Formats: sequence, structure tokens, C-alpha cells
Amino acid sequence: MIHFPTSEQDVAQYLSAAKGCVTIQGGASRTLHHPAGDILSMEKLTGIVDYEPGALTMVARAGTPLADIEKTLAQENQRLAFEPVLMNDVLGTSGASTIGGVFASNASGSRRIQSGAARDFLLGIRCVDGAGTIIQNGGRVMKNVTGYDLVKLLAGSWGQLAALTEVSFKVLPISETEATLSTTVADPVAAVGVMTRAMSTPYDVTGVSYVPAQGMVLVRVEGFEKSVTYRAAELTKVLASFGDVNILSDVQSHDIWQSLRKLAPLVGQSGALWRVSVKPTDGPEVVTALEGAPYIMDWSGGLIWAALPASFDLRASLSHISGHASCFGNGHAMLQQQSAGVATLMQGIREKFDPRHLFPTHSEAA
Amino acid sequence: MEMPVPSQHRLDRKSELLLRLRAALPADCVIDDPMETRAYECDALSAYRCPPMAVVLPYTTEQVAQTLKICHDLNIPVVPRGSGTSLAGGAMPTSDSIILGVSRMNEVLDTDYDNRVIRVQSGRTNLSVTGAVEANGFFYAPDPSSQLACAIAGNIAMNSGGAHCLKYGVTSNNLMGVRIVTMQGDILDIGGAHLDAPDLDLLGVICGSEGQLGIVTEATLRIIHKPEGALPVLLGFDSNEVAGECVSDIIRAGVLPVAIEFMDRPCIRATEDFAKAGYPDCEALLIVEVEGSPIEIEEQLEKILAIAARHNPVETRRANDIQEAARIWLGRKSAFGAMGQINDYMCLDGTIPVSKLPYVLKRIGEMSEKFGLGVGNVFHAGDGNMHPLILYNANEPGELEKCEAFGAEILKLCVEVGGCLTGEHGVGIEKRDLMDHQFTRTDLNAQMNIKDVFDPAWLLNPAKVFPLAASASRRDGGM
Repeated sequence: MIHFPTSEQDVAQYLSAAKGCVTIQGGASRTLHHPAGDILSMEKLTGIVDYEPGALTMVARAGTPLADIEKTLAQENQRLAFEPVLMNDVLGTSGASTIGGVFASNASGSRRIQSGAARDFLLGIRCVDGAGTIIQNGGRVMKNVTGYDLVKLLAGSWGQLAALTEVSFKVLPISETEATLSTTVADPVAAVGVMTRAMSTPYDVTGVSYVPAQGMVLVRVEGFEKSVTYRAAELTKVLASFGDVNILSDVQSHDIWQSLRKLAPLVGQSGALWRVSVKPTDGPEVVTALEGAPYIMDWSGGLIWAALPASFDLRASLSHISGHASCFGNGHAMLQQQSAGVATLMQGIREKFDPRHLFPTHSEAA
Repeated sequence: MEMPVPSQHRLDRKSELLLRLRAALPADCVIDDPMETRAYECDALSAYRCPPMAVVLPYTTEQVAQTLKICHDLNIPVVPRGSGTSLAGGAMPTSDSIILGVSRMNEVLDTDYDNRVIRVQSGRTNLSVTGAVEANGFFYAPDPSSQLACAIAGNIAMNSGGAHCLKYGVTSNNLMGVRIVTMQGDILDIGGAHLDAPDLDLLGVICGSEGQLGIVTEATLRIIHKPEGALPVLLGFDSNEVAGECVSDIIRAGVLPVAIEFMDRPCIRATEDFAKAGYPDCEALLIVEVEGSPIEIEEQLEKILAIAARHNPVETRRANDIQEAARIWLGRKSAFGAMGQINDYMCLDGTIPVSKLPYVLKRIGEMSEKFGLGVGNVFHAGDGNMHPLILYNANEPGELEKCEAFGAEILKLCVEVGGCLTGEHGVGIEKRDLMDHQFTRTDLNAQMNIKDVFDPAWLLNPAKVFPLAASASRRDGGM
């Protein structure tokens, strides 16, 4: 059964009466595991509630399509700075990503390395927990330390704790222009060398990725015209010792990061999509564990997206590296195991939000 | 300020507590001489004081864990303390509690420039984190005004901000991992040099939990490369409304200054008398600082000055070098001291949507007349984080109470216009009983549920953050 609530009250009534398992869904564009039980689809709980371009804040109902949000922001020359990754193409999904889903999955893209993650931009939430209780936390101002930060707890909680009904978030202006430096490297070790060097400069780099199919490291700078020109030139000098540097200007640069935002190099690859987060200098070791499978690196080498055979459990090969791996697209979450103490705390929190165990947890789905 | 009645049961256990603590810890870690514990009777909210039963100052995480285990066994509340600079009473003890201070744990454990992280013990001061990496061109971004003295432990507990967080974010956005000890004495590692949480974001809820979920003994922090330079521009306006519109226009234009500071006339006059920074005598003054290379600074300042010109400023003054920059910042940095010369003051830190700035300033002016107490406003305008400074005379009976009533009205106004009670100082005891104005009891219950999970007996800093009536049944459960 699928239920499409059109109001927060509706969500609350549905969840307080629900029995059995309920999977909360946005547009199902970036699903981590197969839905279990009934589906609570937020797709009809839509609309931008408030937008103050001068205060860089927006409030929207959870089911509002990401595309609508980005279109409205673009009209005011603003954007979601964390550049949420778009997963329709790589996962072969057709649903429209929703703003609630973006925050519930903490979906951040390349600019996360400079600007922060989705969770860092989420200012406030309204949600309904597994008992049907409506809870609000945070607000719509950028600085707020009033009470516990449940906003961050809910960001990236993948529908395990509550159904987000309304989110309030910070937005940023679109840069006047951008440029991307590209250089060719031999292997992931060399790539991480270039990327970490680029990040250790004062030049405010807003994206550093490695596309192994082309052996290419990409380094992005954004801002006002003169500033971008200056920083691109300075970075060229810094990176010259690693090899020849090409500069892609505005439109070319924009297009290449748009394609990375959709994980284009991995589209059409067979198997399951894995996402691994480690510290950048551990990136090459993760690549070794992939045994030749296709991948791309982002976040200075700290984020690896890879397409692996469905039977391959990457976690086993990474147990000695600190960080975490998760698997999309084969129906199982397969997240990194937690230490016993941490797992107990997480379980305790799930019990508080969802005492009747309506929402499938990662561990159950695995 | 109401605090829970001390438990006789707990006070009766003092000798057993001291015996067990001394058996477990080096001799100099446990302090119970009343002359010495007096130094821990308050933090920077010095209007309220109460010496604890004892003070424990461990050297290691393991000693923190042993201390907490013993207190857990004996049902003794523990009040964590960094450097004691909280303006909200976050580190104020009760007479039946102990203070657990992390000030002796201040080492740098690991510095990693490739991965842009530093791991420190949590007693290290904020500024000395930057001190450890600045020779390599790096810095730690959150910069609370007390950064010379305040500890990372307290920064994490209160999710501290600062003038430059408009660009770089607050503590929560720069904290990557912690080693935390639970009240039961379990040592847990959460997060690290990698990004984002593998499952539920526990780090996100620990940061800003005011020492109620655990005691952080080590932290992994994001360090970033310093910009090539920074310069401010000073803009004077003849009305708060116009200054507020200018802030909004600068933000919309795509310039992202590192700081936009705002001072109103009472504050400008006070600082001028005190610091003689040469500020214009105007209704509202902005200091806008931008960063980058000389070319980049020039480009941004040009845009800012062009925007300001549309609002008919009574004065624009741009810094051309660091001496001129220091002169522009001089008044702003002495604002609190200047207000303190006039009288005692209480500093609030509610946040409001930037668009409500003129309305809120007008209302604060009206309240000032009603209460008969002066008020100066100096604040981080870019993110709406206000800092009204209410002047009162602490020696005049009844003035503190009047000042608190005035402060409470301002904070209620902040909530009413869509803001919040505290932007960077925290709730502590100071704003605890105002929480009902921002949250329903259901909302507060959802927060207290988290404490139930981490600290079921409610022994860690128990009488803070939540209205006493709201937390009573939980706190009594542990008796």
C-alpha cells in the first residue's frame, strides 16, 4: 500500500495508526535499500513555504521536487551550495528527487569539500516520529544553539527516525564565473597528491575530483571574474610540478561538474554502486580493494564511488581503514559496522523515535 | 535563578566519594579544599555562584572514565568544565555535584596537513589550535570572542560561533570527530578524519548538547589554509533600517564577506568615548571584512562600496593596509569593554531573520525606555546574531532582576519574529526557563529523550538547558 499525505496532520494520523512496517519515501531517486512494508510517499506534500533571498534562507515542504527548488533559487541567482548528487542516471531510477530526500540522505556533491554537507546547510525541521508525534527543531536562522541539534541527527537518518515534513535551509549566491584546472596523472596515488596539494592553498578550491578513465584530476575555483582568473593562474603554478595543466573556462567547467554531479563516468556500469568515505590519503588503498572495478574519486580523494559486482562486499576489504562504506542499488544498505557502544546509542535513539519499530533500519535491511 | 534543592543523600556521600576518587586518581587530581573549590563556583555568568563538593582535574581520558564511573556508582551529578568562559552558566555547579575540568588535557595529538585535520585534547584553548598550525599557513576557523581562553571542550559543548562564522561556519561545521566518555565511563570514538556519518549523525547532536551527553576528551577538527589577506571597510548610516537593507543587498549581490558587524548609536558613542577609534557619530555602523589576494579584496570592496553608495552612507572608510584595518576593528573589539566602563551589563545573543533587524532594534529601543535601562547593540549582522548589551547597576537592589526581565522580553521578541533564544552562547541556566517560549513540551521531550539514551540517570550537567519543571521527573528518577 502507498499512502500520499497532503498535510503534516495527515502524516501524523497515518503514522499513529500504522501497524507493521512503513518505508518513508521521497522521489525514490536515490534509494539505499528496497522498500519494506507500506510506503509513506511524501511526493504530494509540496510547496515552498518561505524564501528570503536577502537572508539566504528557504523553507519548503519535504516533498517539493529538488528541481523546483533549484529553479526558484536560480531565478534569484542562488543555489544549494552543497551541490546534491543526482542519482537517477547511475541507479536507473525515474522518480524526481525531493528536498526532504536530499536532507534525509545527506546527499552532498563535489562542493561539499569546501562548503560543507547537506547537514551543514539544514537549519530547521518539522517531522513526525514513529509514534505519530509532530516535532520541530532548529529554525530558519543561520546561528542557533537553542537546545539539542536534532536537525543534524535527522539529516542523513534515511527515514529511520521520523518523516521530515518541512525543512528550512541556508542557500548561497551562484558564483559569477568558474574555471577548472585539469591535469593528467598516472594513478590514484598521484591523483591524491595533486588533490591534497590543491586543497592546501589559500585559493578556495570548490571541487577536486579524479576521473580514472581519463586519468584526469579536476580542480575547480569559483567566484568573481578577476578572482577566478587570479586563482586559476596561481593554482596552475602550484600544480605545474605534477604535469601539464589545462584550464577549462566557465561553460566547459560548468558542464564537466554537472556530469560529475550525475556520476556520469559510472552510468551504465553493471553491478552495485558503492560509496566509500575515508580520509583523502586512504583513498588509494580503497581503490586497491576495488580489484579493478570502475570508480571515481571526489572530495580530494576521500570519497570513492565504485560499481562493483553484486556479490562483492567491499566492507570486508576495508575493515582496517577508518571511515565508512555503503552500497546503493542492490537493495541492501550494507553500512559499515559500528563499535558496540556506538551501536547501542544509535539503537537507543531509534527506540525513542520509533518505539513501535515501524521504520526499517539499516541493520534490518542489511 | 532557581536551582534544584541539593540532595542530602548525595552530600552525605562526600567522604566516600573523595575516598574512591583519591584511590583511583593521582593525588593532585582531586580538590576539595573549600578555598580552592571556590575558584570553580561560577563561570563567566558570575551573577550566580555555588561551590561544588569537589573538583576533579584529570590528565587522561582513562582518568575521566574512572571519575565518571565512580560518580555514576554513587549517583553524584557531574558538571563538565572547559575554561569556565560560558556566558550562560553552562559550567555552574550545584553543591551536591562535582566539577570535572579538562584543562590539564591540552596536547596536540596529531597534525595532518594533507587531510587538513588536527586532533587535540579537548582542554586546549581555541586560539592555540590555530597556534599549532599557523606556521604552516593553516588555521582553525571558529573564533568566539573568548578564543584566547576558551577550551575546545566548551566550544563543542556550546557549538560556539564567532565573528567569522558567516563564511566558515560554527563549531559543528568544523568538528569531524570526538573521543567521548559517557556517564557510565564508556570511552567511544565517533567520526574522524573522514567526512560524514556512517549511520545516525551522533556527532551532530553531541555538538551543542552543553555537556549533557558525555565528556569530550579529544577532538578531530578541520583546519583550512589561511587566505592571503583580509581587509575591512567601515560604513556609517543615518538609520538602522538603511544599514539593515545594505547588509541584505551585499549578501544578495553574491559577495560573501567573512564578517559583517553592526553597531548602533549607543554602542558607537560608548566605544568612541572609551577607545577613540574615530568612528563617525551616526545611527548605525557596519564593518564588512573580505578576504583574498590584493586583487580579490579590491574586487570585492569595489562591489560593496558600490552597493553602499546606493544607500547614501554618511561615511565610508576603507582600510588600505593592516594598520588601517586594526583602526577600524579597534572600536568593535573594545565594544564590550566600553559598555562595561559605563555600568555592569548583561549580554544577550538571540538570533533573528536579517530582514527583521530594523523592527527588532526599534522594539528594543522602546523596551529600554519602559524598563529605564540603557542598551547598546553590537552584533554579527550577516547571520542575524544579535548581542544587545543591557546596562544595569549590580549594586542597586532590584536592578539585576529588572535587567533579566528586560533580557527575557528581548529574547521572546527574537522568537516571536522567527528567530531563537541563543545563537552562539548556549542555554545553560540563563535561558533555561525561556525554552518554553521557543519549544512545545513535546519538542523538548524529543530532545530530552536523547539525554535519556546517553545518560539515563541524568547525572551529567542535569539542571541545565531544559526548564526545571520539564526535566524534574527525569532528574528525580536518578535520586
